Amino acid sequence: MNIQFKSIIELREMLDNKSISITELTQESFLLAKKYDELNCFVTMNEEVGQKKADAADSNNKNSSMLFGIPLAQKDLFCTENLRTTCSSKILSNFIPPYTATAVKKLEDAGSITIGKTNMDEFAMGSSNETSFFGNVHNPWKKGYVPGGSSGGSAAAVAAGIVPAATGTDTGGSIRQPAAHCGITGLKPTYGRVSRWGMIAFASSLDQAGPLARTAEDCAILLNSMSGYDSKDTTSLNSDVPDFLANINQPIDGLKIGIIKEFNLSDLDSEVQARFEESKKTYEKLGAKFIEVSLPNISASVPTYYSIAPAECSSNLSRFDGVRFGHRAKNTTDLNDLYIKSRSEGFGDEVKRRILIGTYALSAGYYDAYYKKAQQVRRLIKNDFDQVFQSVDVLMTPTSPNTAFEFGSKGTQNPVELYLEDLFTISSNLAGLPAISIPHGQVNSLPVGLQLIGNFLKEDQLLNTAHLFQKNSDFHLAQPSLEDFS
Amino acid sequence: MSWETVIGLETHVQLSTKTKLFSRASTAFGASPNTNVNLIDCGLPGVLPSVNKEAFYKAIRFGMAIDAQINQVSIFDRKNYFYADLPKGYQITQMDLPIVLGGSINIVSGETTKTINITRAHLEEDAGKSIHDEYDGYSAIDLNRAGTPLLEIVSEPEISSAKEAVAYMKAMHQLVTYLDVSDGNMAQGSLRCDANVSIRKKGDKDLGTRTEIKNINSFKFIEKAINFEIKRQIKILEKGETVTQETRLYDSSKDETRSMRSKEFANDYRYFPEPDLLPVVISDEEIKRIKDEFPELPSEKEMRYQQDFKISAYDAQIIASSKSMADFFEAAAEQTGNYNLLANWLIGEISAYLNKELIEINESKLSIANVAILINRIDDQTISGKIGKAIFEEMCISGISPDEIIESQGLKQISDDGAIEEIINSVINDNPAQVEAYRGGKDKLFGFFVGQVMKLTQGKANPKTVNAILNEKLK
Repeated sequence: MNIQFKSIIELREMLDNKSISITELTQESFLLAKKYDELNCFVTMNEEVGQKKADAADSNNKNSSMLFGIPLAQKDLFCTENLRTTCSSKILSNFIPPYTATAVKKLEDAGSITIGKTNMDEFAMGSSNETSFFGNVHNPWKKGYVPGGSSGGSAAAVAAGIVPAATGTDTGGSIRQPAAHCGITGLKPTYGRVSRWGMIAFASSLDQAGPLARTAEDCAILLNSMSGYDSKDTTSLNSDVPDFLANINQPIDGLKIGIIKEFNLSDLDSEVQARFEESKKTYEKLGAKFIEVSLPNISASVPTYYSIAPAECSSNLSRFDGVRFGHRAKNTTDLNDLYIKSRSEGFGDEVKRRILIGTYALSAGYYDAYYKKAQQVRRLIKNDFDQVFQSVDVLMTPTSPNTAFEFGSKGTQNPVELYLEDLFTISSNLAGLPAISIPHGQVNSLPVGLQLIGNFLKEDQLLNTAHLFQKNSDFHLAQPSLEDFS
Repeated sequence: MSWETVIGLETHVQLSTKTKLFSRASTAFGASPNTNVNLIDCGLPGVLPSVNKEAFYKAIRFGMAIDAQINQVSIFDRKNYFYADLPKGYQITQMDLPIVLGGSINIVSGETTKTINITRAHLEEDAGKSIHDEYDGYSAIDLNRAGTPLLEIVSEPEISSAKEAVAYMKAMHQLVTYLDVSDGNMAQGSLRCDANVSIRKKGDKDLGTRTEIKNINSFKFIEKAINFEIKRQIKILEKGETVTQETRLYDSSKDETRSMRSKEFANDYRYFPEPDLLPVVISDEEIKRIKDEFPELPSEKEMRYQQDFKISAYDAQIIASSKSMADFFEAAAEQTGNYNLLANWLIGEISAYLNKELIEINESKLSIANVAILINRIDDQTISGKIGKAIFEEMCISGISPDEIIESQGLKQISDDGAIEEIINSVINDNPAQVEAYRGGKDKLFGFFVGQVMKLTQGKANPKTVNAILNEKLK
């Protein structure tokens, strides 16, 4: 039974009508992972435990959850009990957590089966998955091209049809940008919607977990399970969680969509622009209205982000010191030497670069000029969004200024070039707002993503808006040939 | 040249909460290494702190007692530095918006009372412990203490001598134990301080360069360390040299302070607001509840003791000055009727013993029940006060009940007139010369006869009865 490229809803039907068992489905998923090993989506497989859980689920099939028996992949940044969790870093290459992240636990409690941990940019720092200690992930659409990042392994695994959905995390675009580059759907929820307990922190005030899937509907299914207040994460939101799937098919007649004036789209590749104009027409046909809006401070998003995120990361990554867990250097002379060698050997260049930037931004004499100033600008950006959402329902932008690029072609000389990849995605992290990327066509045979940004806790509206687009287009159904990988 | 000392103290008070500041692991002292530790305490990847409100309630109680401003919205910050017993590589503390701001505390040094202003008091987590001498070639880490809540209380630089510093710490000890904010156990590190010491010419307005003596944990060491440091700094200044701003450690074995690190090598702690925690908001209802449940303070106890127990103002003041003593007094008073005798014993024999041993009453072998029994046996004349003292000494060592000691050693007082009269008769018969002399006017010999009676009865004769019968017989 072919399960490749099937959505959760399709697999659910196959399981429910017994055309496949959970055991078989899980086996198929593992087989696909092996078949496309060259994509390098996975850092660690969970074959023995995953298969055992599948077998047990078949014999005790009482769970009514949509996710019961569905194979999923988890970004290797979520701690998973007894399953190696590396953050794609050498420093954690031997780390086996004694506990499971809340987001993953909730998905597993709903009956899903974790088949493995996906490759990513080291500690989620990157936009191309090229900073992983475990090597590059290929874009399933084109060998030798990046899948985007940092959740590149999750995006590629879904795009290649190995699993119907995967978890990711998004600090500045790390779910949406790889979703766009791989031609799938990815949702970053409102900050605090999903618990961060067990998510290895990059930038605590920006990090948010979310789903990557083939459709908005499947994203809604995952979000239903992942969301909710967690007493172990006091920054998680104590708000009602609606049934995201139940409300996904509402008409959007009269929906007001904002186009951000400050994002000068005429600078973009003309094909990317053309796709954007096409999608506007699709929405107009569905009854939506477009309004140009201004977010005067949004152009400061990238520098603001690159002051705050590294500052928090420099502190968050201090615990990787070789003392209690992770890589410890050999032949050290004293405690300081242990720190210096363990961290120098354990971290890759991009991580070191961001620790240095962040340490600088927080240091005495610079704190006011960088970190504090950035927090003030962040507040202004958030205020801009609050203002704009008084007159529009959602905002629409391209997800990324361009399509996936070739390995090594960007940022090797000037890292800032790569930082600009996040131009359209970063502001919603700074403002804590939900945003989704959906595929809306291709340029030069590579997928292009459309981003919708929603108001605070309005994931239901975003998913609804995304789903109606997918109901009226077939971009999300496109499948890569994968002929170069098997 | 006349010099003037300026001292500011940073006091670290370990709060007596059951669990840690950001995790639900136990704070119990003395557990096996790394047993009171959970995922959060060892700083595993992906863990997050959550605030223990109980620590806030205790901090607020302290703030109310010193008449400070309570910040009902306070925030946590990260203080970043690397050390092996600091699991996260940063300490969660309060920098910009501490829970307690301002206030003051009165100290009594010698005859004078002085008010020392408090700058602020903030909550923070303690670090673990590094053990360097137990494993050859390795250092060991014990994280039991990591995450234990501390209240750091910063005084204004208004303390002028080592003696005042000790008085300040004693006042602090009394306050935090009274408020049940801390157990105040200095030997276990529940109360310790850093002293900022500087010297200036008398009359100067500007402060001199200060040094900070870290982690002093006894009243005695506070006095010695500060006095050493004052002398050291004056010596430097009198040579015309300048004091280096630095952190110093007090070595009690050599009675000296020595340099730990100078300012040039000081850490840049890169403080910034802790993004894993929202601002902590204390509601008006919570404030009200803390006020309603506010414990009785020493001055209030003093008044009540005089009224309820009819003990003297002096006794009441001494007993009320120590929380453990006051608790003991009140509990024992429920089991005995002679409050004055109980008070006398507490501030007399019992205090003398505790001072000698340098312990608090709750750390001794003296139980409330046993002390009450002892008072009752003296009160009902089963034993004399003198025998009581001998029994007390035994109780201090063994913790055995006075009744048992009386029974096993046959110490019951002889109050039987007939028995005592018999003994007195034999004393008079055996000492005719002394009887003669006494009757001839040598009154002082009365004591001799009492002594003889006591000797024959091993001190067990009721002294009142002895006196009465002797008086009669020697007429």
